[in-house]
Amino acid sequence: MSSTAKKKGFGATIWNYLTTVDHKKIAILYLIAGTLFFVIGGIEAMLIRIQLAKPNNDFVSAGLFNEIITMHGTTMIFLAAMPLLFAFMNAVVPLQIGARDVAFPFLNSLGFWLFFWGGVFLNLSWLLGGAPDAGWTSYASLSLASPGHGIDFYAIGLQISGAGTLISGINFIVTIINMRAPGMTFMRMPLMTWTTFVSSALILFAFPPLTVGLFFMIFDRMFGSNFFDHTMGGNTIIWEHLFWIFGHPEVYILVLPAFGIFSEIIPTFARKRLFGYSSMVFATILIGFLGFMVWAHHMFTVGLGATANAIFAVATMAIAVPTGMKVFNWLCTIWGGSIKVTTPMLYALGFIPSFVAGGVTGVMQAAAPLDYQLHDSYFIVAHFHYVIVGGIVLALLAATHFYWPIMFNRMLNETLGKITFVFFFIGFHCTFFVQHFLGLMGMPRRVFTYLPNQGLDTYNLISTVGAFLMAIGVILLVINVIITTIKNKPCGRDPWGDGRTLEWAIEQPVPFYNFRQTPLVRGLDTYWIEKMEGNKEGMSYAEPVTDIHMPNNSFIPFVMVIGLFISGFGALYNQDTDKPWSLAVLIIGLVITFGSMAVRSLKDDLGYHISKEELMNEKGGNK
Amino acid sequence: MDLKTKFTPQSWPEHPEQSTVEGKNKVLGFWIFLGGETVLFATLFATFLALKNKGPSGMEFSTQSLFELPLAFIMTMLLLTSSLTSVYAMYHMKNYNFKAMQAWLAITVILGLGFLGFEIYEFTHYVHLGFTFTQSAFGSSFYTLVGTHGLHVVIGLGWIILLMLRNAKRGLNLYNAPKFFIASLYWHFIDVVWVFIFTVVYLMGVIK
Repeated sequence: MSSTAKKKGFGATIWNYLTTVDHKKIAILYLIAGTLFFVIGGIEAMLIRIQLAKPNNDFVSAGLFNEIITMHGTTMIFLAAMPLLFAFMNAVVPLQIGARDVAFPFLNSLGFWLFFWGGVFLNLSWLLGGAPDAGWTSYASLSLASPGHGIDFYAIGLQISGAGTLISGINFIVTIINMRAPGMTFMRMPLMTWTTFVSSALILFAFPPLTVGLFFMIFDRMFGSNFFDHTMGGNTIIWEHLFWIFGHPEVYILVLPAFGIFSEIIPTFARKRLFGYSSMVFATILIGFLGFMVWAHHMFTVGLGATANAIFAVATMAIAVPTGMKVFNWLCTIWGGSIKVTTPMLYALGFIPSFVAGGVTGVMQAAAPLDYQLHDSYFIVAHFHYVIVGGIVLALLAATHFYWPIMFNRMLNETLGKITFVFFFIGFHCTFFVQHFLGLMGMPRRVFTYLPNQGLDTYNLISTVGAFLMAIGVILLVINVIITTIKNKPCGRDPWGDGRTLEWAIEQPVPFYNFRQTPLVRGLDTYWIEKMEGNKEGMSYAEPVTDIHMPNNSFIPFVMVIGLFISGFGALYNQDTDKPWSLAVLIIGLVITFGSMAVRSLKDDLGYHISKEELMNEKGGNK
Repeated sequence: MDLKTKFTPQSWPEHPEQSTVEGKNKVLGFWIFLGGETVLFATLFATFLALKNKGPSGMEFSTQSLFELPLAFIMTMLLLTSSLTSVYAMYHMKNYNFKAMQAWLAITVILGLGFLGFEIYEFTHYVHLGFTFTQSAFGSSFYTLVGTHGLHVVIGLGWIILLMLRNAKRGLNLYNAPKFFIASLYWHFIDVVWVFIFTVVYLMGVIK
């Protein structure tokens, strides 16, 4: 396969994306798939808010409401937030560290397809007999008692997509350790890369407990084991522990890359070096480390005892320290800067107070005695939406505007972007701020309706209005994307004008091999340094133009995942006596998966080279 | 990477598994993967310890009544020895002695198969007694922990056999050296996990 061979046509494009191992294209796949699930989860959120808009509402039934809240949480965490962050990590991190691709391009593609088909599997539950209905935490006694196949879809779907996340996490760790360009020492790595690194390490250690927990759930429900059944000696608390040993680090897996995104945006538009870079790095690592010590703060009311509660309470409060360091570093970066209020910067400025509010309520809940009051109330819902929407979703929206030029060589419309921000930001606070009061007044979470004249009516209505404002914001963003795509106006290199790091120094559109010559990194904010020294090329080089080794595209990841997808249905229907074919389906699926693994192992895949002459001839055309 | 380059023991690099970028990535990536595997097994161990000897009221099975140390000892010896032989295989890999490497890998596989045979015997024996996966929480956690390890053994054996067959005719090169190396890393990991299973499940199970 030659680098200049170009196929044309729609079918060829689809085939190209099905087989691609290029991190930039996989980023686009993550962005599209993540957005798809984000919209599904968003519609579910709207249904929740419509149901709760007035007391004694019968818009949806109680059972359907349970399915909607479960799928809203599960979809948003696993299938929207994580993949969208992966989209930006994939798009940006290899460019930031001066790499031609990630360490394992094949695994990158495998990870994406695992996530995608796992998500499809989970969402097919809507069509195949009902969605899971035990909440996104799916506590064991409740979920074992849940009739139908909903929980089975949950367990198997998350198992498949979780495997993809783990693979991607390992890939990023190796990429960041091994693939950095000369001069890119650890302490010169941009914060986006650092946070990706730490959050990948969290994925590595947090996902195996979830894998095991989900296997127990699958075995208990589908294969007759007794992990959680106390009449057979089992223990239902084991699920809670395993889920939260995964679940709490998961929060940091999500929020650290969000911190990374804002740590890129703020110095860019304050046009000032990031304040306290090394303390930022230290805080990131510390948050990652402490993130594993606090899972039982989700279980204060379980009855682990005063000692355990005290230890986990103190550990939880300790996390506020490195997080506070980060907040002050951002503020000090802005302080005295020559600030340019662009759309991404607007999101960053909105993020700081919103996230601090979420953090403060978090510290409140860390106090175990208070948590007994707040537990399972709308206060908790308000808290984690402040952290997740105020932190992660704002970061995702900011990154969409900020990194759109790098991913697509186009600029999203700034005016429309700012209008989007206003709608979304006001809507967000309108929705969730009043939920604090609802919680304090005693409204429990996960209830499908409430009685009138208990002081809950007005706040719930305000909350629903806010949700519609957020929806308008998201629709405006979609319109913005459509307009930008139709206009189709290339924006060229460094369109913000103040890019500091390597990804902005690359010519646009980014050639498929990223760097014709591996760059030489001469310090933190390396592109800024080159700019200040008047280097028009934007980079110093570490090597002359030589042959570039590239990996081949491959269809095997897709086939591997389809095998797992099929075997998932086999496992799911294994418990039904009227479906004797289920075992055969399970085996056929696994044979496809292991068969394609064997093909991958037995067939040499050495990649190909782009010769020096080809590189000199084409001026970095995009394949 | 050029597969046709011929090496001699003299020109063969000192660390053939890490002398290419791909090799370096594979070795590091695999170590990191083993980190995740460690957490996976730690979770299974914790669950086993929590559910050990727990079952429906009046359950007759316990670690004391089921486990027999001589059998576990033989299995341990087989697996430990196989780990040693895989070290010999890697020694010859680094010395570019393909035939000796294949021979030691074959011995590793045979020892691994012996281990697997004993494990299958052990499981069928327990099932015969009525101690099954679905009989109690103890049974579920025991078979899941030891069975997951057994599954790793099966995968490891399949992996090594495939590698040996695939490369039987063409010998060593810088493309397959990392593959042999990480297969042996995986085998060592399986061995380490078994040491913990022997200690935590069998020894601590038999001791009162």
